[in-house]
Amino acid sequence: MQLNHLTAYAPRLLIHAGMRCPAPRLPSPLALAAGAVVAAVLLPLVYLVLRALGAGADGLAYLLHPRTLAVLVNSAALTAAVVLAAAVIGALFAWLTARTDLPLRRLWLVAGLLPLVIPSYVGAITLIAVLGPRGLVQQALAPLGVTELPSIYGFWGAWLSLTLFTFPYVALPVRAALLKMDPALEECGHSMGLGRRAVFWRVTLPQLRPALAAGMLLAALYTLSDFGAVALMRFDAFTRVIYIQYTSSFDRSRAAVLALALVVITLALVLLERRASALTRNYRAGTGAQRLPRPVALGRWTVPALAFCAALVGLGLALPVVVLAMWALQAGAPGAGLGLALVNTVSASGLTAGAVGLAALPVAVLAVRSPSRLGRALSGLPYIGNVLPGLVVALALVFFAASYFPALYQTLPVLVLGYATRFLPLSIGSTRSALTQINPRLEEAGRSLGCRPWAVTARITAPLARGGILAGMALVFLSAMKELPTTLLLAPTGYKTLATDIWTASAEARLAQVGLPGLLLVAASALGLFIVLRQSDR
Amino acid sequence: MLKFHRIVLLLALLALPALALSAQDSAETLVVYSGRTEGLIGPLLERFTAETGVRIEVRYGGTAEMAATILEEGANSPADVFIAQDAGALGALAQAGRLRALPPDILERVEPRFVSPAGLWVGVSGRARVLVYNPELVAADALPASILDLTAPEWAGRVGWAPTNGSFQSHVTALRLLLGEDGARAWLEGMVANGAVPYENNRAIVQAVADGEVPVGLVNHYYLYAMRASNPDLRAANYYFPGGDPGALINIAGAGVLDTSKRPGLAQRFILYLLGAGAQTYFAEQTFEYPLAAGVAASPELLPLASIETPDIDLSDLSDLQTTLDLLRETGALP
Repeated sequence: MQLNHLTAYAPRLLIHAGMRCPAPRLPSPLALAAGAVVAAVLLPLVYLVLRALGAGADGLAYLLHPRTLAVLVNSAALTAAVVLAAAVIGALFAWLTARTDLPLRRLWLVAGLLPLVIPSYVGAITLIAVLGPRGLVQQALAPLGVTELPSIYGFWGAWLSLTLFTFPYVALPVRAALLKMDPALEECGHSMGLGRRAVFWRVTLPQLRPALAAGMLLAALYTLSDFGAVALMRFDAFTRVIYIQYTSSFDRSRAAVLALALVVITLALVLLERRASALTRNYRAGTGAQRLPRPVALGRWTVPALAFCAALVGLGLALPVVVLAMWALQAGAPGAGLGLALVNTVSASGLTAGAVGLAALPVAVLAVRSPSRLGRALSGLPYIGNVLPGLVVALALVFFAASYFPALYQTLPVLVLGYATRFLPLSIGSTRSALTQINPRLEEAGRSLGCRPWAVTARITAPLARGGILAGMALVFLSAMKELPTTLLLAPTGYKTLATDIWTASAEARLAQVGLPGLLLVAASALGLFIVLRQSDR
Repeated sequence: MLKFHRIVLLLALLALPALALSAQDSAETLVVYSGRTEGLIGPLLERFTAETGVRIEVRYGGTAEMAATILEEGANSPADVFIAQDAGALGALAQAGRLRALPPDILERVEPRFVSPAGLWVGVSGRARVLVYNPELVAADALPASILDLTAPEWAGRVGWAPTNGSFQSHVTALRLLLGEDGARAWLEGMVANGAVPYENNRAIVQAVADGEVPVGLVNHYYLYAMRASNPDLRAANYYFPGGDPGALINIAGAGVLDTSKRPGLAQRFILYLLGAGAQTYFAEQTFEYPLAAGVAASPELLPLASIETPDIDLSDLSDLQTTLDLLRETGALP
């Protein structure tokens, strides 16, 4: 279909370009770059297959054990519930901060996206501290005769904490899409006699589909791969079964078989996402440049909108930050080396965000522009790295680096590769949905005027998709900052980060010492996020 | 928009801290993988360096994750010494042939019940399994005489445990060895039927007991003292099951030398240091564990090691976790 579209315009291009007709197919250096990126992040898959082969029939029997399957169903139910909630909340939040006259929009936006940086185990601990048995809420209600709250543990506790910490995955790309959307289309709808609601369902939502689908996929993968929140909320999720194999029976083959089940689920989800966002054309096709959308006046909805944002920010950010601050005050003077941990955290995550931003571009271009089914399929494979628990990815890279590249083992490049393997899809999804909003005729014009393919990507595609690329890099930066297992296993020996500081303190039962590194993590991410958003809105 | 040189410069700047880290290298360096956290063992490593001039490169992580890392690293493992929080992980490495036999002068320093029979690892400090209880909710004389009594109706929904925790799983392995497969199964089924409340780890259990979520919980003995240091009013106390009860297991934190170590002599010297009076006193005073060597006494807050009647068990057998996990799954204690 994309191909037909290209050829349909070919005659006009011929005239403009002075009869130099570029063949309408994918530039091959780009495809090679994309192939190299995908190959690099698929190392864990190779590792899992190698290990799973060692398990044989026993591994399969374990996977098909009724209890394993029951846990798999648990995880599926949790994932579905989290994704639905994250989609509704995330889209609403994105619309409020992008297209309305909501007061303090930029502030709400940054504060609302920051739950992304709260490690899910820290978030869950604070939710339990507040809503758990004998928590702050229960203590506050005790004088009123409330002796017991509904239990925070189990499905709903896991759902609440994971929804709070994944809705930004939806909000960020949807917001980028809303900002880039041509308001003329919605106005067209209105002028054709559609009401507000009809315009939303028939004009706005279809245009948001790629961004929504990309965000929902990320929320699903996060939920499937999360270990911290489900463990603390005592919910029997599939990751727990995998962890148990690795950490208490040292059976790497069985663990690999189980992890491969996650891979299969991921591929199915990616296919679903592809179908949902299949080849929508979201760019302006007419002549002239689009203008900025006019903000919607909220009017009497201002107060409910503010309450909605306040509730999100309150539970997802303010609550953990207050608890962290209380701990930090209890702890007293900070330990030495906190500054270095901050520098290490920011530098490793910054490097990763930069590397991933560059690496995701060819893969995303391939996904959107490739005329071949294979090319588009290739771009779905990196999502595998995102669904695998951090420990699995880290052990895979330990195996490859120690066995085949001992000189690189426990150095920064391998750590960055580990982060990139886990978080590349965050960048691909956001970049890809931005690309669907670019009219390919602009790129074709560049080609026809003599630009080489890579130059078209660098000088036309990348600047136009800038908002989406930066949003993706921000997601990667925030996720890498809090990533723990990958850091512990792959970082250079002695390389401390804020996440490892938090882990050390909580492993030693010194919760007070979690406070300061936790606050620094939030502060550094807030700053990073603010800078990125300013860049992308410009 | 893409100011390329600026981006490259920024990336280079970001890489600097790691480069600085790899620049320092000295002749005599020992690589230690530690399943114990920095707060527990870091000061000891610094003292060792100060006293011997040997630099230590230490990698911290969970005990099981570190063991899994060593298994994945294979022949190229940079590690010389592995310090573990429990005997199970050491047993798993020993079983995979990844530990080198220790010389008698090391093994003889510790009671045989805390040493690998094949001489592959040695216990450094002891960790007793206890029942932590909230004195406001349960009187000390109302506590059960045996861990097996916790399946009685009076304890329904009142016991905290941590089925995913390594220390607990080692304890269940011990129960299997002591009571037989059927006995352990009956106990686990009884606990599950009795509504034992699962927690993620020992610390969470002690906190839950202090908060009154559950009146008693199965934990390691020292969490209480570490948590009491930051909160002196913690409403919890430890209870040791008497009379050689299966509940009164003592597990160890220990160390072994990797088969791939290129500096086995230095590695053994380090383990000897961990068994010396200075290090053993450090464990007694700082981590509230039981010192296992050099005649150092435990903290006066603890029941002395000699007064604890431990069940008769060979700790090296605790490495058979697979059967334990199957049992935990079959009884529904684990997903």
